[in-house]
Amino acid sequence: MNVDYTNRRNSDTFGLPNKMMANIHVPEKFKKQLFYDLIFRGITWFFTLIVLLLLTALVVSLLLGSMPAIQAFGFNFLFSSEWNPVTEKFGGLVPIAGTLVTSIIALSIAIPISFGIALFLTELSPPWLRRPLGTAIELLAGIPSIIYGMWGLFVFAPFFAQTGQPWLQNTLGQIPGIDFLFTGAFMGIGTLTAGIILAIMVIPFIAAVMRDVFEVVPSMLKESAYALGATTWEVIWHVVIPYTRIGMVGGIMLGLGRALGETMAVTFVIGNAHQLHASLFMPGNSIASALANEFTEADGELYTAALIELGLILFLITFIVLACSKILLLQLRKRDGDIS
Amino acid sequence: MRLRISLVRFAISILLPTVTTVTLAADITGAGATFPYPIYAKWADAYNKATGIRLNYQSIGSGGGIKQIKAKTIDFGASDKPLPLQELHKNDLTQFPTVIGAVVPVVNVDNIQAGQIKLTGNVLADIFLGKIKQWNDAAIASLNPGVDLPSSAIAVVHRADGSGTTFLFTDYLSKVSPEWNAKIGADVSVAWPVGTGGKGNEGVANFVRQIKNSIGYVEAAYVKQSKMNYVLLQNHDGAYVIPAEDSIKAAAENTQWDAASGFYEILTHKPGPDSWPITGATFVLMQKSQDNPLHAQEVLKFFEWAYKRGGNMALELDYIPLPDNVVKLIVDSWQENIKDKNGRAIYTAR
Repeated sequence: MNVDYTNRRNSDTFGLPNKMMANIHVPEKFKKQLFYDLIFRGITWFFTLIVLLLLTALVVSLLLGSMPAIQAFGFNFLFSSEWNPVTEKFGGLVPIAGTLVTSIIALSIAIPISFGIALFLTELSPPWLRRPLGTAIELLAGIPSIIYGMWGLFVFAPFFAQTGQPWLQNTLGQIPGIDFLFTGAFMGIGTLTAGIILAIMVIPFIAAVMRDVFEVVPSMLKESAYALGATTWEVIWHVVIPYTRIGMVGGIMLGLGRALGETMAVTFVIGNAHQLHASLFMPGNSIASALANEFTEADGELYTAALIELGLILFLITFIVLACSKILLLQLRKRDGDIS
Repeated sequence: MRLRISLVRFAISILLPTVTTVTLAADITGAGATFPYPIYAKWADAYNKATGIRLNYQSIGSGGGIKQIKAKTIDFGASDKPLPLQELHKNDLTQFPTVIGAVVPVVNVDNIQAGQIKLTGNVLADIFLGKIKQWNDAAIASLNPGVDLPSSAIAVVHRADGSGTTFLFTDYLSKVSPEWNAKIGADVSVAWPVGTGGKGNEGVANFVRQIKNSIGYVEAAYVKQSKMNYVLLQNHDGAYVIPAEDSIKAAAENTQWDAASGFYEILTHKPGPDSWPITGATFVLMQKSQDNPLHAQEVLKFFEWAYKRGGNMALELDYIPLPDNVVKLIVDSWQENIKDKNGRAIYTAR
């Protein structure tokens, strides 16, 4: 008699298949085992429920906390750049834009560099260099963010003001169409600096994940390609990348998640001004740094609510990013399925 | 079994000392403004050595201090911004000042030394409004004949976090500039029309040091500690004064303190030929009707001790102690203002 025990795992009740139990003779020992299984399954369910409950509680408390601001400003909150604690008029456009712009800058710098690092480490580097280099990158990932912030403020910002910003204005700043991004005084701090510091912070994350996924490409595939006469570049482009696309997207999303929520390092270098500027040299603000700066002294009810609403928006942005990456992954999988 | 006994013994040995100290002395807790934290900590340390009573002060910011004292989770709250009488009454709170500090505009301009630039309040307001954009603007140049001012753009630096320092600074600008008063106003954080925000005094000080041709404002203590280039400000009587102990003290002495108004005094733009124009006290908030009179008594004892013995410690840390006559007013006010549930005064001045 065939009893499909695997089926139990999918049943939505975690009770045992009672009817079955009645018909089959199960030795005492196994009955005990099944009982233990039941308890174990109950416990894991409970733990999962805790996570879900926490998530719901977080969203609910953010919603409740931001209710006064939602009622006072409505959808206008998303599109107004006014942030005036004196008159209690709040709009989140500046920090929302700042969060998105700094993250976009960070990713557009970090993705190509991390990709290069991961490729070098797995495909091109001499074997004796791989381990020390890999460890160095993992160490970078472990540095607390405030250290990056202090380094950014004391070392990078003065250097960037003296050399980086004038150079950018003389090169990219001369190209019509994007020249407005590089205008203004060379202060060394501002949206662009925050983006660059974020890039440095997320590179180790993305590079480490990419290296790990590149390493799992079966050497059989790569060697077959080499045997067919493919160059290193062709092997990377036609074998390694298609095989690891999903993992790479995962690594990038991990980096993006860190960039969106990063607080201390950004606060140090972004300039913390609630002003909307087209130029990346000018000071801006991000959601996380606005919260870190202003929460302690926010005394009015509306002020606090506006800050909590910013937190809610950050939560939503992160959620949307995660959802988009899941959809992207699903589509990639589907396309891979079509090809094979 | 043996393990369990030793565990119990271990737990007791840990818990016992804390239990005994709690019963012997009422430790007092306070929370709030960051500005007075260094001096409260120093006083607390000296007071602990003298009396064995511990003060646990958490510098979570004035806003947090006000919230917590309203919620009665602490024995006293601390705020750099005094609450108006109306709000004190609404929440059944009383307040009194503890020490005085000052806010000083600082600049970083090539070849300009400390105290070399003179500014009036109005010009300072116009700079922070973004109306005066260059150092060699006629408005600045006419106040500073003979000073070689560059033609560079002025980079304004302000606080990014909510702060009592910002409150004093913007309160001063509101008093001297009608335009600032109408457009911006005074609060712990405001909608700055121009500039870059630094976190904390250190943040502003760092930005001013790093950004050429910048102007910012920091607490007086920071000017001295980090040797920044302060400016001379014109005060209420038209004199240009240096931010120093004497000028800050002068502002406090030229103020009519009044217990009846909850000591609601912001010491900006005070009269007197020597008064530094951006001066302010930091305040302590307490519940008028005490659920826990024992703790309240300890808090008041602590502050009375601090007023009498803590003056030199305050000066060492670049705070200015309150004038003696003000201290007397404060200590006398406690009898009237802070009572237990039965309406009996908790503290009588000795």
